[in-house]
Amino acid sequence: MTQAAPVTKKKPVSKTTPKPMQNLEITDHQATVGKCFADNAKMTMRNVNVFYDDKQAIHDVSIDIAKNEVIAMIGPSGCGKSTFLRSLNRMNDTVDICRVEGQICMDGEDLYSPKLDVVELRARVGMVFQKPNPFPKSIYENVAYGPKIHGLADTRVDLDEIVENSLRKASLWEEVKERLHQAGTGLSGGQQQRLCIARAIAVSPEVILMDEPCSALDPIATARIEELIEELSQNFTIAIVTHSMQQAARVSHRTAYFHLGRLIEVNPTEQVFTMPEHQLTEAYITGRFG
Amino acid sequence: MTKKPMTDSSNHLDKIKKSLSRRNRAEKRFRWYGRMAVFVGLAAVMVLFTDIISKGHGAFRITYVELQVTYDQDMIGVENLTDPAQLALGDWEALSKAALRNEFGDVSGRRDKRKLYGLISSGAGYDLKDRLLANPLLLGETENVWILADDDIDTYYKSWLDGEPYAARMSAKQIQWIDELHAQGKIRLQFNSNLFTRGDSREPEQAGIRGAVMGSLLVLILTLMLSFPIGVSAAIYLEEFAPRNRWTDFIEVNINNLAAVPSIIFGLLGLAIFINFFHVPRSVPIVGGLVLTLMTLPTIIITSRAAIKSVPPSIREAAMGMGASKSQVVLHHVLPLSLPGMLTGAIIGMAQALGESAPLLMIGMVAFIVDIPAGFSDPATVLPVQIFLWADSPERAFIEKTSAAIMVLLSFLIVMNTVAVWLRKRLERRW
Repeated sequence: MTQAAPVTKKKPVSKTTPKPMQNLEITDHQATVGKCFADNAKMTMRNVNVFYDDKQAIHDVSIDIAKNEVIAMIGPSGCGKSTFLRSLNRMNDTVDICRVEGQICMDGEDLYSPKLDVVELRARVGMVFQKPNPFPKSIYENVAYGPKIHGLADTRVDLDEIVENSLRKASLWEEVKERLHQAGTGLSGGQQQRLCIARAIAVSPEVILMDEPCSALDPIATARIEELIEELSQNFTIAIVTHSMQQAARVSHRTAYFHLGRLIEVNPTEQVFTMPEHQLTEAYITGRFG
Repeated sequence: MTKKPMTDSSNHLDKIKKSLSRRNRAEKRFRWYGRMAVFVGLAAVMVLFTDIISKGHGAFRITYVELQVTYDQDMIGVENLTDPAQLALGDWEALSKAALRNEFGDVSGRRDKRKLYGLISSGAGYDLKDRLLANPLLLGETENVWILADDDIDTYYKSWLDGEPYAARMSAKQIQWIDELHAQGKIRLQFNSNLFTRGDSREPEQAGIRGAVMGSLLVLILTLMLSFPIGVSAAIYLEEFAPRNRWTDFIEVNINNLAAVPSIIFGLLGLAIFINFFHVPRSVPIVGGLVLTLMTLPTIIITSRAAIKSVPPSIREAAMGMGASKSQVVLHHVLPLSLPGMLTGAIIGMAQALGESAPLLMIGMVAFIVDIPAGFSDPATVLPVQIFLWADSPERAFIEKTSAAIMVLLSFLIVMNTVAVWLRKRLERRW
């Protein structure tokens, strides 16, 4: 796994630094620096713009997500990284005022084409949310829900197997196998989040989107989720939005830095945290704003 | 600031302390205002309940007189007890009259005889008929029977037992007869089962609330069957599927307005549309249920929408993220989670409908109906209207009957509201 050096204190901010923000202004025509594109792309996004009513939240973002990679999206609050993530499985459809322009494809198929069924898309692109949100049902029912609605299991035995496998992959099986039929909401926060991951992988998606999956968890639970992400990356393509630069450094192969709705830089994680190409990236990872 | 920190901070503390005691006093005052408000509310309820119970408790017992009855075949004029034509023509009152003459042998003259026959209920003959039909072997036999007394006798006897005899409608002879009966132990108060088993009657001692309770039940069943599914569907559509635009805003405002429309307007609407236009018969539970459905729909829609709104968006997102379709999200997640709130709203709506009388007056459910309704198309009245009818009746004995009917209505309402609270507590989920 990528091991990035601790980065936060790389360049201590001294009083002699000439007004950093002034130099860091971005123009409309700024291109993303770094390696946005991949040869074995699972998802390709070209010139994506996202609007909330008149307000533009995402400006002209182009990026590829490669097969079986973990890509981290970082950036200061309100930079649009969550909005961008949610446009990848069309969760933004539920927001009436939200409008997505540009091209988002998975395996060459346009996700926003009118022919595409959003139900099928979400079975192929799973999502894990910021706050653990298990259904107020039993642990078993939580994991079995996806396979049931998509008709993935023909028999009860099949379903049992899917549930067990998913819980094992989410490294939760050992903890809950004795109480599969108790409420999923009775688990601890970290367990709930792993339950949500198990629920997401039960339908064997191709891509898993994670929207700050650890922000509501304590460090130990976070560590377990991070281990899990590493294991999952063998079978799944993962896009993770995170506030924690250490987390991005620990779990991801590539890191994308967003700033005020623009994609500033995409590079291998190690490079982003050691030799960022762009001044803004450097400013962010050295803690000058965030 | 840094020049004299000591005085500054002690000054500060003094000020805080001063304001603290003022704030504590205000807090205490505020709490007392609350307590007083609660007390006033409770006191009002207590006064209401004491008044109703003190007036109404008497109605649950009623006066019976013991008489020796001979089932004389010739007197009734019936030979075959299985022949309905003969039964209908039989002079059943002769039985009770003969029993009275037998008890008080010295009565002569038309006037005195009328007073004598007035001791017992005018329906006593039919009670004896029922008794005979239940046990045909009694024909020709003699037995002691407790017979329902007339309402004036009942009122007098109860007030006399309480030490304040009300004799305005009693003759001296009647008072004397009652004294005799009392001395022989042949008059007593019994549990008034008629109140719960009979329909309305012009004679207070024969009047019961069974008809009104059945009417209320039928009307409520229909109201629930119509308003719950319609209300919940409307709420789900408006909350989950409808786009937010000028039309839905307009609909929302109108639903809120409907909830505040005086109920008598719904009665007029029912009269104009259901009875005059669609020719639904008047006075029947069908039209009552339809009108009350119109009235409770806004309540159910509003509470159901609130229940749907209270389902956290994270649950919807989770389901949608799993690839559930819109209706799957609603049916699998939103509906089960908001059902307790919806049920509570429905029960409160039903309680409202149960207590409603004004709109039913408009559609003819205020008629005097003796028969107990057995179906949705039988003429019926409902409990609150029965209360209205009895409260309007001149007979003194209807006063306690009215209060007793109010007690029954209130206990239904209390049970329904308790169930609503219990349901809410029971089914509430945490997430």
